[in-house]
Amino acid sequence: MDLIAQLEAEQVAALGKEIPDFKAGDTIRVGYKVTEGTRSRVQNYEGVCISRKNGAGIAGSFTVRKISFGEGVERVFPLHSTNIDSIEVVRRGRVRRSKLYYLRARRGKSARIAEDSNYKPLKGAKA
Amino acid sequence: MLRSGIIAKKIGMTRLFMDDGRQVPVTVLKLDNLQVVAQRTSEKDGYTAVQLGAGAAKAKRTSKAMRGHFAAAKVEPKRKVAEFRVDPENLIGVGEEITADHYFAGQYVDVAGTSIGKGFAGAMKRHNFGGLRATHGVSISHRSHGSTGQCQDPGKVFKGKKMAGHMGAARVTTQNLEVVKTDADRGLIMVKGAVPGSKGGWVTVKDAVKKPFPENAVLPAALKSAAAQAEPAVEEKEGEA
Repeated sequence: MDLIAQLEAEQVAALGKEIPDFKAGDTIRVGYKVTEGTRSRVQNYEGVCISRKNGAGIAGSFTVRKISFGEGVERVFPLHSTNIDSIEVVRRGRVRRSKLYYLRARRGKSARIAEDSNYKPLKGAKA
Repeated sequence: MLRSGIIAKKIGMTRLFMDDGRQVPVTVLKLDNLQVVAQRTSEKDGYTAVQLGAGAAKAKRTSKAMRGHFAAAKVEPKRKVAEFRVDPENLIGVGEEITADHYFAGQYVDVAGTSIGKGFAGAMKRHNFGGLRATHGVSISHRSHGSTGQCQDPGKVFKGKKMAGHMGAARVTTQNLEVVKTDADRGLIMVKGAVPGSKGGWVTVKDAVKKPFPENAVLPAALKSAAAQAEPAVEEKEGEA
């Protein structure tokens, strides 16, 4: 392992984030720390994960899309951000792409994702 | 106060997550057997400086002259040698090893290195020219530099005219980079942002010239011998407590 990979692995371990096993198509709820003035609270953001990028390393990120007041909203979160309080999988979706950018052009019925009824947790990972 | 800089190897870039949620892009620099090879004094050379050497070179691939030079300093042959101007009181003894504690988190540094070579590059890439139009009768010369001057008067192209040519592989200094973190055990310094050169390239790091000299900088330098002396003292104190 080269020095950069080693440093990144150490930082991931030091941050100690508990990241559930999720992929594009899953509906997830992200607890994001918001600071208003002096006090901070946790804001939940729930939507469909439409992409995961750069693996599970320190550079990893994921995009969550939801329809808010009739308007599509997408947010990109760094996987290991210290601002993320929690990530929760609400629903497992069955999709055949790793990036669901086609959802941007769809609305309503055609933007639905079928539930993955026979989801198997990854080996060694607790769902 | 002018104190010695360091020679470091560029390892690569990564990011750090801060407690307040910020992400900081950092370049990791490594100190590799950084030792003082020679001193320049005002009596002998007319100026004061320290010559540092870093890395490890094979003795059989080092020229005989340099072998003699390293032998006089009683250090292993070095891969990279550079001089740093210092104040006379900040001279460092020959053979002393400098550690990464030389810099502290929050201070600003200038980093100089050899930029990545781009070969023969056009005016658009080399000088950020705009090029010509995509349509309206422009043929073949969409990325050309256009006119290079006037007419019969002056009848020549002025010297220094920005044109296509060799780009990169030149000495570049990036000023005022913030030191984010240091790791003396592994000899690592992490500076915010990008640093000239490719991974594995040698760079020199100095205190930023455009910022006030930091008050708590280690003078003359953070030395391994000093750290080794301080360590048993700390252990004794802990033992007493």
